[in-house]
Amino acid sequence: MDNSASRSNPTSTPVIEVEGLAKEYRVHDKPEGLAASVRSLFHRTSRVVEALRGVDLQVGRGEFVALLGPNGAGKTTFLKLLSGIITPSRGTARVLGHVPWVRENEFRRRFALVMGQRNQLWWDLPAAESFRLHREIYRIEPSRFTRVRDELVDLLGVRQLVLQPVRELSLGERMKLELVAALLHEPEVLFLDEPTIGLDVVAQHTIHAFLRHVQAERRVTVMLTTHYMKDVAALCERVVVITHGDILYDGSLADIVDRFTTHKIVTLDLDEVPSPARVARYGFPCEVRGPRVVLRVDRGRIAEVLPDILRDAGVRDVSVEDVPLEEIVAELFRSTRPRPVGEPAGASP
Amino acid sequence: MSGRSVTLEPDRHVAPPRLLEGLRVWCTMLAICLEERLVYRGDFLLGTAMRFLPIVTQIFLWTAVFSATSRADIAGYTRDDVVAYYLLTMLTRAFSSMPGLAGGIARSIRDGSIKKFLVQPVDFIGFLLAARVAHKLVYYAVAIVPFAAVFLLCRGYFPPPPDAPTVLVFLASLVLAFLLGFFMEATLGMLGFWVLEVSSIVFGYMLVQYLLSGHMFPIDMLAGIPTGMPGVSVADLVQWLPFGYTAYFPAAVWLGKIEGQELFRALAVEVGWVVVMALACRAAWHRGTRRYGAFGG
Repeated sequence: MDNSASRSNPTSTPVIEVEGLAKEYRVHDKPEGLAASVRSLFHRTSRVVEALRGVDLQVGRGEFVALLGPNGAGKTTFLKLLSGIITPSRGTARVLGHVPWVRENEFRRRFALVMGQRNQLWWDLPAAESFRLHREIYRIEPSRFTRVRDELVDLLGVRQLVLQPVRELSLGERMKLELVAALLHEPEVLFLDEPTIGLDVVAQHTIHAFLRHVQAERRVTVMLTTHYMKDVAALCERVVVITHGDILYDGSLADIVDRFTTHKIVTLDLDEVPSPARVARYGFPCEVRGPRVVLRVDRGRIAEVLPDILRDAGVRDVSVEDVPLEEIVAELFRSTRPRPVGEPAGASP
Repeated sequence: MSGRSVTLEPDRHVAPPRLLEGLRVWCTMLAICLEERLVYRGDFLLGTAMRFLPIVTQIFLWTAVFSATSRADIAGYTRDDVVAYYLLTMLTRAFSSMPGLAGGIARSIRDGSIKKFLVQPVDFIGFLLAARVAHKLVYYAVAIVPFAAVFLLCRGYFPPPPDAPTVLVFLASLVLAFLLGFFMEATLGMLGFWVLEVSSIVFGYMLVQYLLSGHMFPIDMLAGIPTGMPGVSVADLVQWLPFGYTAYFPAAVWLGKIEGQELFRALAVEVGWVVVMALACRAAWHRGTRRYGAFGG
């Protein structure tokens, strides 16, 4: 991405600084069955769940960071802590120099959080009314407000929707208007919790292009959680993987592919349906569908295998790809391996 | 505030615009809440009509009580007084009752929609107040017609109207009744930070409220009931509690049941309760949001 050169050094001007941040919840176990339910009226058993276990992280101005992790890994808890919705059990965090959970108004005017669909917009009123309220509570100067609102609305192509009651809009339309509402006061930091969940491909693309534009133009620091690798590939240079409340990986997207894949996917289109032995000499056949074969080839062997394939008269077409990001990340989630050696937490490569 | 508030000059300079700005934000919130309420005007029409039903039962009940006794008055209330009293408490409760307030707060805590107010630079209690004022204004705009009709029809039950100062005190007591009702219910709603469901607490509160506010019967009828303490009746105790100020007090002021020194003492007690409940509400909000886990997304 072209703005990586202009990115400031995160260690000199961190916008987000997190040290040893931990959040524990006390949950009550309710055993199954009526008798047990009655017993639990008198004697409740509870246990402590560690949603976040002493996380360290630094994010520089203008960075676009993806928080990845399986459900329940602590991503949303992390965003809630950074936006001051909840208070941590241990540790410290500073966002734009403020402790988020103190909730000073000076801090709250400088960031935005988009979490879920029914967030900031008034359900029964047109979005324009919610925007007007934001103008007041964020003390946005009127001419600036009009300029920013028009720009955002046009970027997302939702100008004709702002006068329609929000409840009549589709999921994607609502999400776009939520984003407009969140960016009206030109926040320096933007937290997004699964911004593209449930949206169709076109809406996802629009939102990607929009976020890229906003981030590049205004050098907004963005942190988003998502389950869609398309979001990550389209937007984020830096990926932080959280599992079981711990940071498992912190680095660039390219590095994930590099570090955690051992092979590439080679697809061959052949003249005829091949015998297993014919293709096995190139690599491990994972899928044979008619004359099309999908092979896993060790990355180290690609250079020697490819010439052979190209010389093979029976091969009509060949493509070489990285293992899909989804697979790599799924593998990463499953693994319980510790943070890669030599990769201190919080250091962006 | 930190660096600049060393001298007093900048502070004095800063304070008024802040207040004005706060007021402007609040007025915008009020305007938007009004618009939102107007979406549900049909529901309001129906709700208003329903409000008049219980009073009819009360009037029938008391008519039966009076026809069964040879006394002209019960605890100082004639039959006409009782009808006038109930109509006035109905008016008072149009100010002090807060349908759905506590439950709504608890629900937004439970489903997580309250987090918007933690993230945005806006005061939740101020917002709730704006929403409730809007709610009431729309209600009055609709209800003024049936209210006027009923009071006109029943004007024969009322004593001659009180003097101007009493009318002023009456109006003040209505506004205070609104604030008191608001802060009591909002505080109950804040309990949602500690317990999952506040509806049974609210039900208990409503029950006590019904008994002790004068909604069920005039509180001074309790004057004959001893508490065990020499010279202190139940009515004497109840007048120190907040409930009576949400129904009985304004009605009693209009009917001239409380006068002079007593009136000012009662007004002071009411103002005191409004302050106490406003502080309690804010304290509950502060403590609650600190322990808030933001469950439910």
